[in-house]
Amino acid sequence: MIHFIKKYTALILSAAFTFACTPQRSNNEAGGVMNVSNAASKVYVAPGNHDEFYAFMSGGFSGQISVYGLPSGRLFRVIPVFSQDPEKGYGYNEETKPMLQTSYGFVPWDDAHHPELSQTDGVPDGRWIFINGNNTPRIARVDLSTFETAEIIEIPNSGGNHSSPFITANSEYVVAGTRFSVPIPNEDVALDQYKEKYKGSLSFISVDQESGDMDMAFQVLVPGYDYDLAHAGKGQSHGWVFFTTYNTEQSNTLKEIGASQNDKDFIAAVNWKKAEEYLAQGKAKEMPASYYNNEYSDETHSATATQKKSVKVLIPEECPGLVYFLPTPKSPHGVDVDPTGEYIVGNGKLSADMSVHSFSKMMQAIENEDFETTIDGIPVLKYESVLDGIVKQAGLGPLHTEFDGKGNAYTSFFISSEVVKWKVDSKEVVDRAPTYYSIGHLMIPGGDSQQPFGKYLVALNKITKDRYLPTGPELAHSAQLYDISGDKMELLLDFPTIGEPHYAQALPAELVKPRSVKTFKLSENHHPHAAKKENEARVERNGNEVHVYMTSIRSHFAPDNIEGIEVGDKVYFHLTNLEQDWDVPHGLSIMGANNAELLVMPGQTETLLWEPQKAGVYPFYCTDFCSALHQEMQGYARVSSKGSSVALSWKTGNK
Amino acid sequence: MKTLNNTPKVLKISGNLVLSLLFSALMFGCGSNAGNENASTASDNTEQTQENTEELTEELTDPMDNKGVGPVDHVDLGPIDVTMAAEGKVIFEENCTACHQLEDRYVGPALKEITARRSPEWIMNMIMNPNEMVQKDPVAKALLAEYLSPMANQNISREDARRILEYFRSVDEVK
Repeated sequence: MIHFIKKYTALILSAAFTFACTPQRSNNEAGGVMNVSNAASKVYVAPGNHDEFYAFMSGGFSGQISVYGLPSGRLFRVIPVFSQDPEKGYGYNEETKPMLQTSYGFVPWDDAHHPELSQTDGVPDGRWIFINGNNTPRIARVDLSTFETAEIIEIPNSGGNHSSPFITANSEYVVAGTRFSVPIPNEDVALDQYKEKYKGSLSFISVDQESGDMDMAFQVLVPGYDYDLAHAGKGQSHGWVFFTTYNTEQSNTLKEIGASQNDKDFIAAVNWKKAEEYLAQGKAKEMPASYYNNEYSDETHSATATQKKSVKVLIPEECPGLVYFLPTPKSPHGVDVDPTGEYIVGNGKLSADMSVHSFSKMMQAIENEDFETTIDGIPVLKYESVLDGIVKQAGLGPLHTEFDGKGNAYTSFFISSEVVKWKVDSKEVVDRAPTYYSIGHLMIPGGDSQQPFGKYLVALNKITKDRYLPTGPELAHSAQLYDISGDKMELLLDFPTIGEPHYAQALPAELVKPRSVKTFKLSENHHPHAAKKENEARVERNGNEVHVYMTSIRSHFAPDNIEGIEVGDKVYFHLTNLEQDWDVPHGLSIMGANNAELLVMPGQTETLLWEPQKAGVYPFYCTDFCSALHQEMQGYARVSSKGSSVALSWKTGNK
Repeated sequence: MKTLNNTPKVLKISGNLVLSLLFSALMFGCGSNAGNENASTASDNTEQTQENTEELTEELTDPMDNKGVGPVDHVDLGPIDVTMAAEGKVIFEENCTACHQLEDRYVGPALKEITARRSPEWIMNMIMNPNEMVQKDPVAKALLAEYLSPMANQNISREDARRILEYFRSVDEVK
């Protein structure tokens, strides 16, 4: 491997060098590895032009989503989702703190894995993007008109929300399968009772088609395995969702050995249309639970955290036809459904082969009751009856597969560090491309939908030794961009990413552009503490709470002189940005504040809580460069000792 | 009358652009005859100063003839419409009073008797299209040089700009 990389680097370097010295010469000296000038021109986006695709990458342990342009690889924005973000005040200001409320209290971070775009008729539609919090089980919905997190729902009865939030063809549901099985309901159970007492849960969260509101529709209780990834059926398999499992051995210690015993684990096929029938028949059990559903409103510019107390649960034994197991070698990781909906690819991460199941064969096997056995009421279909074919020995460690819509599949191979292109119908390998180094997920814009946009493939690499200078032991994980419009994959570019990106999704920029909210209308600002014009700016005391109703516009705050605050007061700065011009946010920071600054979008109101600890004069200022007089956008808050006789007063200019 | 355009295409002014605008405004200011009290920064660029002065002299002969730059090229004025003026007052208070007062200079100029100083078209163009106005209109350029704080574009629609104009007319007629 190392040898290969050295050779590869040398080739690129020599190609670049040759090119630089003699630009008129052809680049065939690159030995076919990389045509540098051709690659460079394919990723160059001239100043003022827009990238063709917007890619949304999970931030992994950063808890966020990063937004990149394709093909340029330029980073545009980091959208705060599960982690506090001082850059934007997210999770620090009073309005967004409720977004991070959970049944475990305020959880200001998570491990975000799989962004998933909303779909209509099986195609990304540019409305929302969902992402899972793996650690404290949650799913977030980001509104693509504002690129802000609009909702977070916690998943009860779950221990590690990994197989999530894969979406059905019309965004009817996003799913959340538990990675760790746990006692359900979670209680104090001896760990050696794993096999008897631990269960898995597969959750279906409904999505309101107008508002996007998520709701915990139902859960299916399944055997105590680890549920790893998922994908929804499409076309003919619409109505089904497929989840991979490992640890059908039900091991709960040293899992790297214990969970690698069986030759085959399962893909769990869940018929959600059947589940809807059972729900309508009242077959669901109402189970006590405690979880939060937090929603942000663009009208009040505030989030509300609502605690939910129960969840509907379906038991497969009581619901025939709800779940089937498809045996799949070996510890399958990704489960990927091709654009037609016929082929279900199980990527056996401990197997060199990939098993491709056929949906129509699966339906036939169900009809024929072609079962090996039944586990907890779930029929296990015969492997040979559902298998369409095997992609044999294509590489080592297959993880994930995406599709180009032209009958080709592209699979990432973690151990052999490559992307392998193969034909879905014949299972024949037709191309392979090396990656630097171990690749995890890969992504084609629309590549898990019914109509992939194709054109590019992004490899998301786990380790990036040699790719960038060793600026510290942890190097930026690299994303690699390939042109897949021809017969052979062509490496164009690589670029660093944030955190550890797992999955990513992308859509044409044209789907995002017309939906973009550029300013929030002041007239539609219903924040309870908004000051919508400067003559509403004021300061009010309520016991030890001081509420500053402040406005900002280029280039001043109102009020900008405040006196009469006392040590021990809780001072709430409610700042309304009166600007109605695109791209003129105003910030607010105050000396010694223990949380963050505010960054208030045009027409928005945000609140900073400040608890001054000692008497003195505290400057505050705008943190976002707003005009030639930005530096003058400042003021003073005077803090007096507790019980002082300084009257509460404020002014802007002489008023 | 041109078709309604609620979102006129304007250049965003920020960062260096603002600075360069300011400098050019200052440059312009020192050579102008507009009585600019802030025009203390001298410029060596006499050519440009001369050019701007000529432009100004030519167009400032009667500001009431200047319609400004923007989507409004003609406004029909009738008797003051009290309803429109009342609506305009609300819009003005919500969008403009952070910088403008009627009686006193604030961040921007006092607006009392604005309808006697500027044409109705100029007023509406300044409301709807301030970014382009301070780049192209000699009067707006002179005002930027004097007040230094570029007028915020509040994305006021044509109908609302007309209502604000009606409010100004009602103020000026009453007082």
